[in-house]
Amino acid sequence: MIPEIGHFSLILGLGFATVLAIFPLWGSYKNNSAWIALSRPAAFGQFLFVGLSFACLVYAFIDNDFSVKYVAANSNTQLPMIFKVSATWGAHEGSLLLWGLILTLWTFAVSLFNRSLPESLNAKLLATLGLVSIGFLLFILITSNPFERLLEVPQEGRSLNPLLQDIGLAIHPPMLYMGYVGMAVSFAFAVAVLLEGRLEMAWARWTKAWTLIAWAFLTLGIALGSWWAYYELGWGGWWFWDPVENASLLPWLVATALIHSLAITGARGTFQSWSLLLAILAFALSLLGTFLVRSGVLTSVHAFTSDPSRGVFILLFLVVVVGLSLTLYSANAHKVTHSKKFSLFSKESLLLFNNVILMAMMATVLLGTLYPLILDALGLAKISVGAPYFNSVMLPLTVPLAIFMGFGFAAHWKQDQGISLLKRMSLPLILSLMTAILIPLLILPDVQGLGILGLFMSAWIGFSALYWLLRGQQGHFAKPSLQLVGSSLAHIGFAVTLTGITITSLYSIEKDIRLAEGDSYHIQQYEFRFDGVKQKQEANYLASEGSVTVLENGEFIAHLKPQKRTYLTQGMPMTEAGIDAGLNRDLFVALGERLQDGAWSVRVQYKPFIRWIWLGSILMALGALLVLAAHIRNGRRSA
Amino acid sequence: MSPVRKKRFYMVLLLLTGVSIATFLIIQAFSQNMMFFFSTTEVKQGKAPADRDFRLGGLVVNHSVQRESGSLKVHFELTDSQTPVKVEYSGILPDLFREGQGIIAKGRLNDQGVFVAKEVLAKHDENYMPPEVADSINKAQLASSEPVQP
Repeated sequence: MIPEIGHFSLILGLGFATVLAIFPLWGSYKNNSAWIALSRPAAFGQFLFVGLSFACLVYAFIDNDFSVKYVAANSNTQLPMIFKVSATWGAHEGSLLLWGLILTLWTFAVSLFNRSLPESLNAKLLATLGLVSIGFLLFILITSNPFERLLEVPQEGRSLNPLLQDIGLAIHPPMLYMGYVGMAVSFAFAVAVLLEGRLEMAWARWTKAWTLIAWAFLTLGIALGSWWAYYELGWGGWWFWDPVENASLLPWLVATALIHSLAITGARGTFQSWSLLLAILAFALSLLGTFLVRSGVLTSVHAFTSDPSRGVFILLFLVVVVGLSLTLYSANAHKVTHSKKFSLFSKESLLLFNNVILMAMMATVLLGTLYPLILDALGLAKISVGAPYFNSVMLPLTVPLAIFMGFGFAAHWKQDQGISLLKRMSLPLILSLMTAILIPLLILPDVQGLGILGLFMSAWIGFSALYWLLRGQQGHFAKPSLQLVGSSLAHIGFAVTLTGITITSLYSIEKDIRLAEGDSYHIQQYEFRFDGVKQKQEANYLASEGSVTVLENGEFIAHLKPQKRTYLTQGMPMTEAGIDAGLNRDLFVALGERLQDGAWSVRVQYKPFIRWIWLGSILMALGALLVLAAHIRNGRRSA
Repeated sequence: MSPVRKKRFYMVLLLLTGVSIATFLIIQAFSQNMMFFFSTTEVKQGKAPADRDFRLGGLVVNHSVQRESGSLKVHFELTDSQTPVKVEYSGILPDLFREGQGIIAKGRLNDQGVFVAKEVLAKHDENYMPPEVADSINKAQLASSEPVQP
């Protein structure tokens, strides 16, 4: 009964989405306030019923209702409770329902907080979100119904893929989806402005606020995915340029550009059409990401299932959304532009350069991800490009990006002088050069050119943001605005991440070795002593648990217990690494396999500064939220 | 040119230069790092490049996996169900590497025609078959079932 209620609620949700898409839009053209007024209740009804539907699916999981095909395929009575709940979005159907739920949540939130927007713009905005919702809910109902029943009810479910039986599954997808789907709001704003066909100065501020929240979620979602991959499936790697990772990076790059472009639009009124285009692009790339992950065209850890009809539906949806919005853009963009002069050397131009660099990065990732797929689809060749391609392009693009990031902070709007800017920023520049040279000399084991470069870029981004925060616009210390604190923090966060990337990439030590009981292995000042392997039994898996004692300069620092698990339901092996985490280094041990003579193959790793990569992401997200808070406060003050 | 025009001209020139450099870099890096996929039959026919990394895919042949004692070196064979190719690898194999499983290896051929793998990939699902491998098996079986001309 419950699954049927869930299914029926989903259909009702679709009904509300249809009301939301049609009446407010029609009303805004016919000046019918009553029809426009339907938008809020419709947005609420949509959220309520899709939410109810989602709750029914969660209930089916908790209740072990194996008559539901999706539950039978992804759950099991032995599964711990938290994984039963997170298994709801562990595979295709449920993760799409989560996508839909988050979309209706965003829509509902927009309908609550946008009361001060002009009525007609508001109607078009919510209607656009309703249209997106129709597309998605139809997709779920037609191709991926999670409530489909089985005729023969199995006694036991097939259980969740062991890789997904982890806290990472509980938090990574919802965070990421909040970011992905949040781009729909920026997109809907852009479409509404274009439909309205009038210059609406408020839209930049509004869109920026919503984009900031989505961006913060997207940043955290990507970082969580990287952290999860690191300890669960990566054997110590934190980014693989896997197509699915790339799919999340693409909207992030565009959203980053969008936030900065909107900052110009908000402050100076220029770059309107560029911002509109970025907003459309960011959502198009979110949809593309969904298509890539969910259509089965990819060879990837994320793509377990493949069903051509699903791929065709999303591709069609993508083509319709992008086609319509770009047509609208080309027809109406000139009506909403407003150009103002700015000099070749100004805050605007520096922000514009970085926008272009971010787009070049996006194009790089897009090419590396899609080109092999297109060649394969056309039957021309099966190729792949790995990490070397992405690294060799991203690095030279990051250098100018970092330099402009530092100067962009301190540059004046409209016009600035190179010499004077350089003078203003001479202190952070000198500090950064010193940091880049002294840290490799004094702290790191050796001096590498790339290390100096990476540290210089990080230090420059960090110090310039910090310096500008403390120095203030007036040239002496003054209490900085919340806006400035937020943006400085985000830049400092990026600097922290970049530091982590630089040092981890250059100074990590990774060894695959053969260890018998009692053997020791040394990496720098660390000694890893292998004390053998014991068998262990848990509720849903058997484990060979290794015992490794780690000594630093002869003193005990950690006892690591890497495991090799065999999950009982699937008979599937899994590696669970033993990690001693620290702010300045991780020590990582993973068991390979048992060799003939009783020894084990073991991977031992020393990962300096890897935590900084994720720590920086948290700072970036916090920074974005502070800027948002400043926005809300200023908005209230001016209202 | 008026000063405003001149400025705008420089701006556009600067952006164009930047974009061209970036495009050049991207295409350069792409062509250098492109890795082709070859099936075991294609490798035996000499279609795979000799001096460049490529991806080789196939099923791990039953009873072909042999570890050298005292090191992490391992030898095995991959096949598309028609032609086996010898592979050697040094290091830890992925969890789902086992005989009969479809896997993909990255590396290049040595002088003896043995594929020296730098990386071995098996996917995180026991029923998963890399599409390239499935495709190569289908092709090999089709080719072998074609009627032989007398």
